[in-house]
Amino acid sequence: MDTPVNTPILSRRGFLVTTAGAGVAFSFLTACDQTAGASNAPPFEPTLWYSIDNNGIVTVNVIRAEMGQHVGTSLARILADELEAPWENVRIKHVDSDPKWGLMVTGGSWSVWQTYPLYSQAGAAGRAAMIEAGATALGVDPASCKAENGQIVSGSKKISYRDIVRKGVAKTYTPEDLAKIALKPVADRKLIGKPVTSLDIVEKTDGTAIYGIDAKVEGMVYGCPILPPTRNGSQVNYVMDAPAKEIKGYLQTVVLKDASNTVPGWAVVIAETWPAAMKAAKAITLEYTPGPTANVSEKDIQDHAAKLIANPNSGSVLPLGNTNTAPAFRAAKSSIEATYTTATALHFQMEPLNALALQKDGKWEIHTGNQWQSLVLPWLATALEVPETDVVMKTYRLGGGFGRRLNGDYAVGAALASKAIGRPVKMIMTREDDVKFDSVRSPSVQKLRMAFDKDGNVTAMEQHVAAGWPTEVMAPFFMPKGEKDVPFDPFAINGANHWYTVGAHKVRAISNDLANKTFRPGWLRSVGPGFTNWALESFMDEAAHKLKMDPVAFRLKLLTAEGANAGTAPNSVGGASRQANVVKLAAEKAGWGGQLPAGTGLGLATSFGQERDMPTWVACVARVNVDKGTGKVKVEKLTLVADAGTIVDPDGARAQMEGASLWGLSLALHEGTEFENGNVKATNLGAYTPLRLADVPELDITFVDSAEVPVGLGEPATTIVGPAIGNAIFNACGARMRHIPITPAAVKAALV
Amino acid sequence: MASFKINGKQMTVEADADTPLLWVLRDDAGLTGTKFGCGIGMCGACTVHIGGKATRSCITPLSAVEGAEITTIEGLDPKGAHPVQKAWQELQVPQCGYCQSGQIMQAAAVLKDNPNITDAEIDEQMTGNLCRCMTYTRIRAAVRQAANAMKGA
Ligand code: FES
Ligand code: FES
Repeated sequence: MDTPVNTPILSRRGFLVTTAGAGVAFSFLTACDQTAGASNAPPFEPTLWYSIDNNGIVTVNVIRAEMGQHVGTSLARILADELEAPWENVRIKHVDSDPKWGLMVTGGSWSVWQTYPLYSQAGAAGRAAMIEAGATALGVDPASCKAENGQIVSGSKKISYRDIVRKGVAKTYTPEDLAKIALKPVADRKLIGKPVTSLDIVEKTDGTAIYGIDAKVEGMVYGCPILPPTRNGSQVNYVMDAPAKEIKGYLQTVVLKDASNTVPGWAVVIAETWPAAMKAAKAITLEYTPGPTANVSEKDIQDHAAKLIANPNSGSVLPLGNTNTAPAFRAAKSSIEATYTTATALHFQMEPLNALALQKDGKWEIHTGNQWQSLVLPWLATALEVPETDVVMKTYRLGGGFGRRLNGDYAVGAALASKAIGRPVKMIMTREDDVKFDSVRSPSVQKLRMAFDKDGNVTAMEQHVAAGWPTEVMAPFFMPKGEKDVPFDPFAINGANHWYTVGAHKVRAISNDLANKTFRPGWLRSVGPGFTNWALESFMDEAAHKLKMDPVAFRLKLLTAEGANAGTAPNSVGGASRQANVVKLAAEKAGWGGQLPAGTGLGLATSFGQERDMPTWVACVARVNVDKGTGKVKVEKLTLVADAGTIVDPDGARAQMEGASLWGLSLALHEGTEFENGNVKATNLGAYTPLRLADVPELDITFVDSAEVPVGLGEPATTIVGPAIGNAIFNACGARMRHIPITPAAVKAALV
Repeated sequence: MASFKINGKQMTVEADADTPLLWVLRDDAGLTGTKFGCGIGMCGACTVHIGGKATRSCITPLSAVEGAEITTIEGLDPKGAHPVQKAWQELQVPQCGYCQSGQIMQAAAVLKDNPNITDAEIDEQMTGNLCRCMTYTRIRAAVRQAANAMKGA
């Protein structure tokens, strides 16, 4: 994604700020208000992204959603480091939606990678401005000055940022000047890569952190939706709410009219309290004309996927250079083929979906936790029949995102309910409805093939992937084109375009239209690579075993960093050689090749993370024990190695690796549900069983020391744990797993 | 209607007897630190202390707390510096933080009853509290650290 182009904005203090492409133009017009030294001096606000006030406090504006990744801490450190601001003087402000921020989205593990150049440059420009203004104030040559810990120092003279701001700052930079401002040498970094206390920890231990569900305004009422029998196409014919009228606090039930078609078939029960709304919702009877997917099952969706894969003309072939695999397969001495599947998986973020909507002074305010404000704003505007500029998203913490709140559909339900009754409505979903309304990770079917010559060299490979396409359904403008100009959803195929050198390489992405109709496919933590890498890395293992090669040696042989896999500056310097490195390190650390007790096995899997443009090199070795009698798998240890370039916030990075790897384990062994009659079968805990503390294995996590571009860490580890476990099961007992979640019954059935 | 003590303060609530305590705490008492996760007693996000015992407030009806002493995360320690909270801060346990009030309340109650907790007991007593961000390894370590601190005190 490109950095958005913003229109110039003249702020009230007359600072002209523009950001265009990767380059940033700052114009530091005069901030001198002739009250030099005054404690009422205005803040120095060199760019959109931060200000320094007359107490020396640096406030960093963050447009990314805070959902547990301590993103504000990471981003603020990038800026503060270049600015030479003392960390204790740094504050973070999560801003509301406004066109001036450009594209507001938090996902794809992009935040640090995308923001790094922008914030480094903004911080460095502020440092240069401080040096210049400080030198003037001290009456010394700027060349004799350096910025240090919130002060400008020249020999024995010094002045603090606070005092500089109080005197007023005047400085103008052209883009050319700006480009000349050098970033600090790596060795001079004081914050990036150093231990830090995240700024949002304490409030998350004493009950003071405010999430979307905690939002309240004077005079609000509560809304509890009643969901239709299908996600799309159902119509409410009749509402019978007589029994609800007996419930204290019940007000009314509204059937929503939605011009944006985001929440078709919704009715919302309005009451004075949430328990009353919930209770009333259970007492109300509705009659529907159900949508066309009312009888669809998981098997229907998967059978449809298999049929699509069997049709050679369906889908989009990724433009990966030589995709003509047919000659290699014809000439092959041998080949291997396998099919892999994954079941429907839920986000199940801890905080059920909710939003508070109200109209104030002619504008709509939507108070909610959201990851992609720019996506939902047009839906809200269409639904409310107002211009987009009349809708503001107020930012709240997210009780977990994991991609669910990239799709802000739930906000539309709250807004329309508020519009219908003319009062602020706080809509909260029950957990069961949150799940039923989830944008699930689509079930998937994949077919992989590989061709070998007589010496066992790989000469061609194919990966055909059919799944629901979230981007096609919600953000088609984000879809690039494949061969013959056929668009594809990158988030449903990424991972298959791997860095192994395999000769001709054909990757075909196929949209499962039955899935797209039955539910609104979601971006779920790691998205496509969550299933593509499950298939790919299981298959690499199968291929190695077919060739009677060690699976680590087989991978290293293909990670040669040649041609398209050599890597390019700045994002993928070193290419596949860095992936080879993490594979080697993980194998070594886990004692690959050593003796293990009976029933215990090691399995390895690796990935380049989310996107070829932003590779995070990761590898995992899982050690599992399989009880052959019951088929039960116990994961004893996960050894993970990541090369994510520069690590901005080491503890935060580790936390993301911990969470992401356990997500991978949870998805592989503990989660998964299925569609039945057009809806997911499991709707709450008990039926849906994410990983719990008692099943958490030992984690051994290592980061490769690197000064390369920092890349994302929120997702990559998720995609390697599943296949590492599957491969370990094979090594432990000979059972080859080709479906996740892996169940004891499946392990037993595969034992020979 | 019911009368009880929340964080040491007497309170009387006019609500139906079957109203879950969770919503009384959040919406009537304004104590939003206690969270709603599943509503069926299986995630632990709504955990509070009733008479010193860790209790799931989402499945506790108002009628069951007449005369009770209830402690929420806001009342665990006047400065937010209970040994469990301190361990949570030092090890930077929270990610999204949404489950953590419940985790902390669960851990505080468990450690009070069992200061010499074993690792196996930590797993057993904390496993009912879901953390979707999967901060589990830190929860384990923080409970251990808090246990040590409480013994030392
Ligand atoms: S909300 Fe009470 S246990 Fe989940
Ligand atoms: S910290 Fe997010 S659910 Fe536990």
